Amino acid sequence: MEKIEEEEWDLEVTSDRGLFELPLKDIWHFRDLLVLMVRRDVVSFYKQTILGPLWFFIQPVFTTLVFVFVFGNLAGLSTDGLPQFLFYLAGITAWNYFADCLIKTSTVFRDNAQLFGKVYFPRLVVPFSIVTGNLIRFGVQFLLFMSVWLYFYLQGADIYLTWAALLFPLLVVLMAFLGLGLGLMITAMTTKYRDLAFLVNFGVQLLMYATTVIYPLSSAPEQYRHLVALNPMTGIIETFRFAFLGEGMFSWALLGYSTFVALGSMILGVLIFNKTEKNFIDTV
Amino acid sequence: MAKAIKVENLSKAYQLGQFGTNTISGDVQRWWTTKILGKEDPFHIIGESNVRSVKGKSNIAWSLKDINFEVQQGEALGIIGQNGAGKSTLLKILSRVTSPTQGGFKIKGRVASLLEVGTGFHPELSGKENIFLNGAILGMRKHEIKHRLDEIVDFAGIERYLETPVKRYSSGMYVRLAFAVAAHLDAEILIVDEVLAVGDAEFQKKCIGKMGDIRKGEGRTILFVSHNLVSVKALCSRGILLENGQLLSEGNVNDIIQLYREGGVNNLTEQNWEIGIDAPGNDKIRLKRAAVFAENKPSSEPITTADNIVMEFDFLNQLDHGNVDVTVDIFDSEGVHVTHFGMICDKENGLMKGLYRTRGVLPCNLLNTRRYIFHVLFGLNQREVLYRHEEILIMEIEDAIETRGFNFAKFPGIIHPVCSWETKQIQQYEN
Repeated sequence: MEKIEEEEWDLEVTSDRGLFELPLKDIWHFRDLLVLMVRRDVVSFYKQTILGPLWFFIQPVFTTLVFVFVFGNLAGLSTDGLPQFLFYLAGITAWNYFADCLIKTSTVFRDNAQLFGKVYFPRLVVPFSIVTGNLIRFGVQFLLFMSVWLYFYLQGADIYLTWAALLFPLLVVLMAFLGLGLGLMITAMTTKYRDLAFLVNFGVQLLMYATTVIYPLSSAPEQYRHLVALNPMTGIIETFRFAFLGEGMFSWALLGYSTFVALGSMILGVLIFNKTEKNFIDTV
Repeated sequence: MAKAIKVENLSKAYQLGQFGTNTISGDVQRWWTTKILGKEDPFHIIGESNVRSVKGKSNIAWSLKDINFEVQQGEALGIIGQNGAGKSTLLKILSRVTSPTQGGFKIKGRVASLLEVGTGFHPELSGKENIFLNGAILGMRKHEIKHRLDEIVDFAGIERYLETPVKRYSSGMYVRLAFAVAAHLDAEILIVDEVLAVGDAEFQKKCIGKMGDIRKGEGRTILFVSHNLVSVKALCSRGILLENGQLLSEGNVNDIIQLYREGGVNNLTEQNWEIGIDAPGNDKIRLKRAAVFAENKPSSEPITTADNIVMEFDFLNQLDHGNVDVTVDIFDSEGVHVTHFGMICDKENGLMKGLYRTRGVLPCNLLNTRRYIFHVLFGLNQREVLYRHEEILIMEIEDAIETRGFNFAKFPGIIHPVCSWETKQIQQYEN
């Protein structure tokens, strides 16, 4: 009598993987790797430096000082009546998180080609670890912001927390999604079309000027205001300022739009990344 | 026994030259026909094999074509083949670094692949931190690594340097640590590429031993690729032979190695022709036989660095009193002209018409472990070319095991002489 063997497999790989087959189970299994990668990035960031973690503060403080000098004093741009230092620091802290996430995820394939070419693990772990690692940096910089905030508050500056501060976690998630989503799309496409890599760095810089980092939305000329508001980061930064400083153009429509774009780019980014991941090593 | 791996109709195509169709319109056309119309990719041409020297019609190379095999649990499978036979591609697909173009495979159990030693090591982090990071990259959970930490450190022998950044490690320590992490994975299937080509002989021996333990003691499955047949033989029970992306044969590892040596695979250690039928040459010189072999050894045995190497050419001379000379040029597989030598067959009288055998011996401990290609030239009066035959013989020189002990690496360099070497004290040094 012939026994029909019931074959059970843990893993089946075929040439055509569906667009929506995300290796979620795998990613969960590799969660320790995510933590270790975050740790690696944070630790190796300040190894063999004298100032160590202080570098997390130095960059935003100096950028803010330069902005105060150039845009506040020389150009005399409006800051909605807020203390200039605080106004710029708020914008820079939020913008930096988004920009870091975007720039660092946009080179994931290129930076890790060596590693990806030799061993399998769900590639999404790397961009996720970047976003998480940046979160630590953002947290430190946010503490800096809050200390400065407290200083100005005690000096009697006209700033106050609003109910919108409750939206803070949402804002962080939106920035992460937006940076991650766009970065994933870009890194997936740079495996084939290298041009994008050049675009990203100065593109992000230019984008900052199209965001309300150095000026409030209220002072943008009427005819361009819609254009600036089209940038999904505008809604996020305006909400951020309104939440912590009490000034800024908050509207549910603006925030809703940002949420929509952030979610959309995140989903699209993950799908494109996942699609590229399986064969990118042949083209990179 | 249960199956651990089943590979079905696995094929992998690579694009030659420029990537993509490299125009957006070409990419769109491909996407349109394959994804929307559901047809074959117009840029793939089926049925071409991956012979590198022949220029194919398409710019697609099939690195693997319709591979089918199964691996049982607890089995060690050696994958053998020339450079470019598709070994590494196969391992890359099985370890999911890249995905197949057609077909697929199924796996039961966790897979850990060791395609390179020290993948993902971060130079700034300490040995201990790297053990955790590397282990996690290879798919271990943190508590599993913690559980195995002592064993890993012990195997690598780096206890003193555990807190030192790995960038200060010697290359030997680095490799030992990396292998130790991989060897202590709790994976049911271990995929190993030629990682043993690094590290000293003692450590290589330890690695092979450890892998043997893994297989026998713990019943895990191993897939092993190496150019070094000695280590394949030591570790594996079964083998598959790949050639030009196709599976040529599978079976007992000794049979497969034998098959590989006999040069189904491009080795050409002997050629025989029939005069008047297929013998190459012209009305002055005709070749009947050409052979290269190790002196005092049966021809089925491999030629090693410790052997005198004999070349013989049987030829029909059709000139009377011809002052015939024979010249041999040897090239290595990278096209380096290794040597050139010749002799006049009979200085006094020249050769009469008839069948001759000319024989030359290359001394042992001269050529290194490489593939060598022979060209032969028959001349007259050291001026006129009578007949020239390129790539008449191809031989592979292997390591002489007895002189080297257990070493799994090939020697670098062009030549491999045995040096006489001694060390003696020339002055006393007292503090």
